[in-house]
Amino acid sequence: MALTLKHLFAVIMLSGAFSLVSAMLFVAMDAVDVAFTEAAVGAGVSTVLMLATMALTVRVQKETKRTILFPLVVVCLVGVLLIYGTLDMPNFGAFDSPAQLHLGSTYLSITYKDMGIPNVVTGILASYRGYDTLGETVVVLTAGLGVILLLSGLKGRKDKE
Amino acid sequence: MKHHLILKVITKFMVGVIVLFGLYVQFHGDYSPGGGFQAGVIIAAAFILYGIVMGLENVQKVMPIWFAQRAAAMGVLVYALTGVFSIIFGFEFLNYHAISPEHPKHGQHYGIILVELGVGITVTFVMIAIYYSFAGRTPRLDDKEW
Repeated sequence: MALTLKHLFAVIMLSGAFSLVSAMLFVAMDAVDVAFTEAAVGAGVSTVLMLATMALTVRVQKETKRTILFPLVVVCLVGVLLIYGTLDMPNFGAFDSPAQLHLGSTYLSITYKDMGIPNVVTGILASYRGYDTLGETVVVLTAGLGVILLLSGLKGRKDKE
Repeated sequence: MKHHLILKVITKFMVGVIVLFGLYVQFHGDYSPGGGFQAGVIIAAAFILYGIVMGLENVQKVMPIWFAQRAAAMGVLVYALTGVFSIIFGFEFLNYHAISPEHPKHGQHYGIILVELGVGITVTFVMIAIYYSFAGRTPRLDDKEW
């Protein structure tokens, strides 16, 4: 049914529900940080932004004569390839995966000694990789500035003309 | 959304709870999952919820556009000034030992809280500003149109 859906409101709501389900998937895999972000950004903020965009444009997708068969085949093929790619990855939670053997175990053993805080993720993000996080914060600000300039700047220019 | 009484009452209650939870994720981030980014999007989601239900004018009375746009830059400034603080006291950029040289662990702790605060401020207000610029262009909708 989702394939033939033309009502954009329903499509946006479905994608929001999909985000919420994947947030639960992240919780099940013990990635609570990522689940927070997925639930708040994926299901919350981006759904609202999509709704706002829909309110600015149209509610219903235009009827086209194009068949959905070719895109469907491409999507299925890419999905199969991605699943095939995961076959080479170490099992979930495997102790001998590369991520656990090198830097990961070092950080796990020295973070509490260096900083006295139990959350290793915060220790790495805010202290060991402080430069990276500063860069990421600037990226978030730049993205926000870009949207503000694109969407709010038009009014002023129209007034001048 | 003039007549959605239940939505309005529940929103008024939930906004406080969501902001409180956001602050918990922010300041408890070194003990439990979460941190500046997660807290930022949670607090922003509270304001966006208020904006959807109560209307854009009402949320902009609480959080004016000019404040959201300037505060977003303030977060990066808090982060970067923490680094500059270290330089002034003779340490490397973003070396938090400078905050409390006798107790390096305490310095790390304070430093992490400060930079996470910077991240949280930036993410919160960038999200709110993006929502404002989308919603501000939207023509007013009736309930029927949805």
